[in-house]
Amino acid sequence: MSTKSNGTHSKTIKVNYLARVEGEGALYVKVRDDAVEEVKLKIFEPPRFFESFLRGRDFTEAPDITARICGICPIAYQMGASHAMEDACGVTVNGGIRDLRHLIYCGEWLESHALHVFMLHAPDFLGYQGAVEMAQDHPDIVKRGLELKKVGNEVMALLGGREVHPINPRVGGFYRAPTRRELDGLAERLAWGRDAALETLQFTATLDFPDFEQDYEFVALRHPDEYAILDGRLVSNRGLDVPLDEFLDHIYEEHVEHSTSLHAAMKARGPYMVGPMARYNLNFEQLTPLSQEAAHDVGLGPTCLNPYKSIMVRTVEMIHACDVALDLIDRYERPDPSYIEVTPRAGVGYGCTEAPRGICWHRYSIDDNGIILDARIIPPTSQNQKVMEQDLWHFVEKFMDLPEDDLQWKCEQGIRNYDPCISCSCHFLDLHLDRA
Amino acid sequence: MASPASTSEKPKLAVWKFASCDGCQLSLLDCEDELLAVADAVEIAYFPEATRAEVEGPYDLSLVEGSITTPHDAERIHKIRRESKYLVAIGACATAGGIQALRNFKNVNEFVALVYAHPEYIETLKVSTPISYHVFVDFELQGCPINKYQLLELISALLNDRRPNIPPHSVCVECKRRGTVCVMVANGTPCLGPVTHAGCGAICPAYQRGCYGCYGPKEAPNTAALADEFLRLGQDHAAIARFFRTFTANAEAFRKESVAHEHEV
Ligand code: SF4
Repeated sequence: MSTKSNGTHSKTIKVNYLARVEGEGALYVKVRDDAVEEVKLKIFEPPRFFESFLRGRDFTEAPDITARICGICPIAYQMGASHAMEDACGVTVNGGIRDLRHLIYCGEWLESHALHVFMLHAPDFLGYQGAVEMAQDHPDIVKRGLELKKVGNEVMALLGGREVHPINPRVGGFYRAPTRRELDGLAERLAWGRDAALETLQFTATLDFPDFEQDYEFVALRHPDEYAILDGRLVSNRGLDVPLDEFLDHIYEEHVEHSTSLHAAMKARGPYMVGPMARYNLNFEQLTPLSQEAAHDVGLGPTCLNPYKSIMVRTVEMIHACDVALDLIDRYERPDPSYIEVTPRAGVGYGCTEAPRGICWHRYSIDDNGIILDARIIPPTSQNQKVMEQDLWHFVEKFMDLPEDDLQWKCEQGIRNYDPCISCSCHFLDLHLDRA
Repeated sequence: MASPASTSEKPKLAVWKFASCDGCQLSLLDCEDELLAVADAVEIAYFPEATRAEVEGPYDLSLVEGSITTPHDAERIHKIRRESKYLVAIGACATAGGIQALRNFKNVNEFVALVYAHPEYIETLKVSTPISYHVFVDFELQGCPINKYQLLELISALLNDRRPNIPPHSVCVECKRRGTVCVMVANGTPCLGPVTHAGCGAICPAYQRGCYGCYGPKEAPNTAALADEFLRLGQDHAAIARFFRTFTANAEAFRKESVAHEHEV
């Protein structure tokens, strides 16, 4: 990593391997005569070709196979793929099975957000290289974070069988539904988790945030009755409001030379943001009352336009996830059977859910025997790449005079604001890098 | 950023990533109760997913996640080997080539053309190979994902110069130990348990599902006998080929069995 001044007029910020992100990426900013000339978020994650090898597989295999795109958000892939297959086969999953899906998803949000808030993001604000280093001076904060993460993982492990790549979710529902008694133990833990998340929000509110509000188009799912996680329409603050099958009419994906992941943008308006900030700004009123109140108490209104504050937004979502999970457990009745039989038929199906990092969109076509003919997946991080670069551009423009080490660190942090999951974003692409 | 030489006396641990989903290295961060103790016992010298800090090699223990899929990575692994006292491959990607080894059965150029606007930018090898294909590996920990307790056992064993206690038997043994009724005998559910390496704790059968082999083949598995059983249970050859060709498709025993059934289709 380096920040270099060439004479007085130009400097470059280069980070050859971004730390505390999931996957392999690099950063390159070039400034000349006090103007930003070039910004590149380089992604060099190797190709894995998921869409290609899904062809010829059975439709029931898609959830387990696509889970392997990302070890941090496997539920997002399992749910997206399952919904798409159910959609193709004309099946809707509701009631107790849907509640279980909602519950396990809350577990994934909690696990993933706690990982990011405490271990990947907080060290930036407090000036540590990582959470282990931070633990020496702030053991209580790190321990609380690990425990919160563990609560999320306990939900995953009980409902899913294990934390990474759960084995229980399937097309149609679950192989086995937990008993009431099994869930009771979780409730106690989630109640603790909710309190811990509330305390965490107080902590995040004390952090120093650069003055950096941006004007974004936010895109998220919207559901009529809940803060959307599992399903809904795709909406934005600039007028997008479409069902899943029309999404591709409104965006395009571009293969740019410096990134192995496709860049997505809105055809009509350009870059857009997905993820916690998008959900929060679009669906604030649907957060549980406790989460809204907690946000108000720390001065976070229904609008948040500073990406550095995403650490607070993620924490509000942790409160929300615990709250919702507790409610789901409270009214749980064990569904019997634990899944709906899904009979294949030729067709196209769509699925989209709110992964911790934002919408993760799937489309599959299958034949009469349920064999996959074609697959297309648009993960959250490839959609955020353009705004990440835009943020860097604006940030460097505004804070060019910061000491160089500081500026470089803030730029890295600017990327980590998005909790980018590079493994997800490059589930299919690679490209030759110009390493000049 | 400069890479300072180590200042501590503790053994140095490094975590490296190749083509993977990050799930195996996440297992280390998922050791919520043990992580700080591990960080006490070793110096986390290189683990970019967790820290910006980088300490120069040599390393006492390198954990390697992911498979080799690019010419650049095929070079990089040699450098890591040279810098590591012990090198351990973790997970199905690193020990068998992972799910991305499905390319090994097809023409990779077709794969590329299918998803690229600019195939000319792409630099990728025709096959996805395990770490042991390229360098000597001191230990292989199987699983997609690995079991975090086995990972802890492995770290502590290697740093104390003893052999890790990782039982080589099949998932069936774990089922018996857990007291799970056999899903194949009781419900006629096809299950890869008899040929699959233990380590997961036999989770799938406990959730009323057949094992899908994500820990890869156990030592000397009788895959042909199991495939015959699957045929008797009503599976066709195409389905059997898929069973053996998923998360550890390139592991020798599974590869052979899937190819045999592919030819029957
Ligand atoms: S073995 Fe499985 S869990 Fe581990 S990195 Fe590879 S795909 Fe992920």
